[in-house]
Amino acid sequence: MKVLVAVKRVVDYNVKVRAKADGSDVDLNNVKMAINPFCEIAVEEAIRLREAGVATEVIAVSIGDKSCQEQIRTSLALGADRGIQVETEGAVEPLVVAKLLKGVIEKEQPQLVILGKQSIDGDNNQTGQMLGALTNMPQGTFASELVVDGDKITVTREVDGGLQTLSLNLPAIVTTDLRLNEPRYASLPNIMKAKKKQMDVYSPADLGVEPKAHLTTLKVEPPPERKAGIMVASVEELVDKLKNEAKVIS
Amino acid sequence: MSLTFDSARLPNPHITPEHEEWRAQLRKFIDTEIIPYAEDWDEAGHIPIELWPKAAAVGLLGMGYPEEFGGIKEGIDSWHTWIANEELARIGVGGIPASLMVHGIGLPPVINWGSEAMKQAVAPPVLAGEKHIALGITEPGGGSDVAQLATTALHDGDDFIVNGSKTFITGGLRANWVTTAVRTGGEGAAGVSMLLIPTDAEGFSRTALDKKQGWWASDTATLYFDNVRVPVTNLIGEENQGFKVIMTNFNSERMFMSAAMEALGRVCLEEAVNWARERKTFGKRLADHQVIRHKIVQMKQRLNATQAYIRVCYESMEAGNPNPGDIALLKVQASETMEFCAREAMQILGGIGYMRGNRVERIYREVRVNAIGGGSEEIMRDLAARQYGV
Repeated sequence: MKVLVAVKRVVDYNVKVRAKADGSDVDLNNVKMAINPFCEIAVEEAIRLREAGVATEVIAVSIGDKSCQEQIRTSLALGADRGIQVETEGAVEPLVVAKLLKGVIEKEQPQLVILGKQSIDGDNNQTGQMLGALTNMPQGTFASELVVDGDKITVTREVDGGLQTLSLNLPAIVTTDLRLNEPRYASLPNIMKAKKKQMDVYSPADLGVEPKAHLTTLKVEPPPERKAGIMVASVEELVDKLKNEAKVIS
Repeated sequence: MSLTFDSARLPNPHITPEHEEWRAQLRKFIDTEIIPYAEDWDEAGHIPIELWPKAAAVGLLGMGYPEEFGGIKEGIDSWHTWIANEELARIGVGGIPASLMVHGIGLPPVINWGSEAMKQAVAPPVLAGEKHIALGITEPGGGSDVAQLATTALHDGDDFIVNGSKTFITGGLRANWVTTAVRTGGEGAAGVSMLLIPTDAEGFSRTALDKKQGWWASDTATLYFDNVRVPVTNLIGEENQGFKVIMTNFNSERMFMSAAMEALGRVCLEEAVNWARERKTFGKRLADHQVIRHKIVQMKQRLNATQAYIRVCYESMEAGNPNPGDIALLKVQASETMEFCAREAMQILGGIGYMRGNRVERIYREVRVNAIGGGSEEIMRDLAARQYGV
């Protein structure tokens, strides 16, 4: 079984981002970038399937300019077998990403596609679902467990009320939630081996897609600064303030 | 922009995306597997034995050692080593890298000079983190004057009989083998050999040295050899050629200590800057007082100089012509920088810096072990003067 995993280059989750002075975007100058944590979980799941003998090949695909090859290399260092970069310029919207991934799916014919449920930069949570609609493949989103059984998979989903279990026919699309697995570290030998793994580069035209922008960012601003706290003298004063000033109790 | 551990690092044109990947993965490993527990381990004076196999799995223990023994050598260069030493120093608990990476001084003599059988028996389990090796040079009767060591190994049939003792041995309590400097011949350097001594041999005993100024997490021991019988085949290199073995070990030891000391100075800078930007005195931030601003940039100035010097020495090692005099003085440069940064950061932190539980307090206590261990500042200067033919 061939597994396709999508990985996105995002600002490292440890970085405290700042808005640009002109409010046009987040300032990405000299900011540490990394693989989106949910995508890393997707890579880990695919590698575990291969280690278990269920998957035969794991392909990591990323969409972006040349720098996203770093995240493909990270995926290769973690254990993916080969990489694909779809070279684009500037920001790419979820719908365009989904169309490009559909193009890659048509080329590679994977049985299973694993994506992060969302990326920690845009927090869109759209790509997996759009891809499901475009490809007409069944989807299991927010997966906390994934079991392959012949030509079916069982996906346990984290939904508001608890857990939902779905059975999907392959080929299928799965998006990962935080608790699906705990990704490994890439070891130094595997980082060195990743250099030699195959990486193909496609243009959107190769996949028959013309990237279009449907969204315009109007403004990016930081959240309001938290005001300093005060010390209250008594429980009565605290209750009074919670009731009459903060109005959080009645 | 602020001065952080990462932003205070000078650019290095030798760093490739693979190096950056190594830093990222190693940092993740350290942030997850070590830092949350580091302080407790230090207070307890003990590192769990499970850490070694984990460090082996991420490639830390095998870095730079041949693949046939479970290491990773192809494509590995000084910059990988520098990164590893920086990242380990960033923990701010010196006893952890000291113990975890002690094979870095104990194993190279075996790899470089040992017999094939010895390498096969020792290197794979050590690099897998399953067994441990230490280096035994310093004796209760003398440290820096290596040529005068008094532990003897006398021929008896196919064996040596070893008598004497070693002290301040990092990893000595945990070690399964000790790469030991012994006297097999006459006086001076020409009578010294290196011998691999298994710690389960009869007549071997050890005691803990657990009341130290710093490096609490690190196991340090005094070793005793009482008629310990060791096969002649355990010689590392030729008989009476041990001094050469010891000396070739020193360059890399001094390099990794220097890299660590600079990084420890940088931790002090980071902590001091964070505090100076937050703490208000006399109506403004500490960082707005000229006296504090100057302390901060003086730290940065010395860190810059040390980083550039480290790079030059690593470049000469990469080119295959390291200069032992330059490397000896680098170690002095690095310990003086670490000492200065620890002092100034402590002054900036004030009372809070004096409290246990922060990196600066610990680094301050761990300046001396770095300024003395691996060759004291005085010995380094003397060695450099001799190297330069003064």
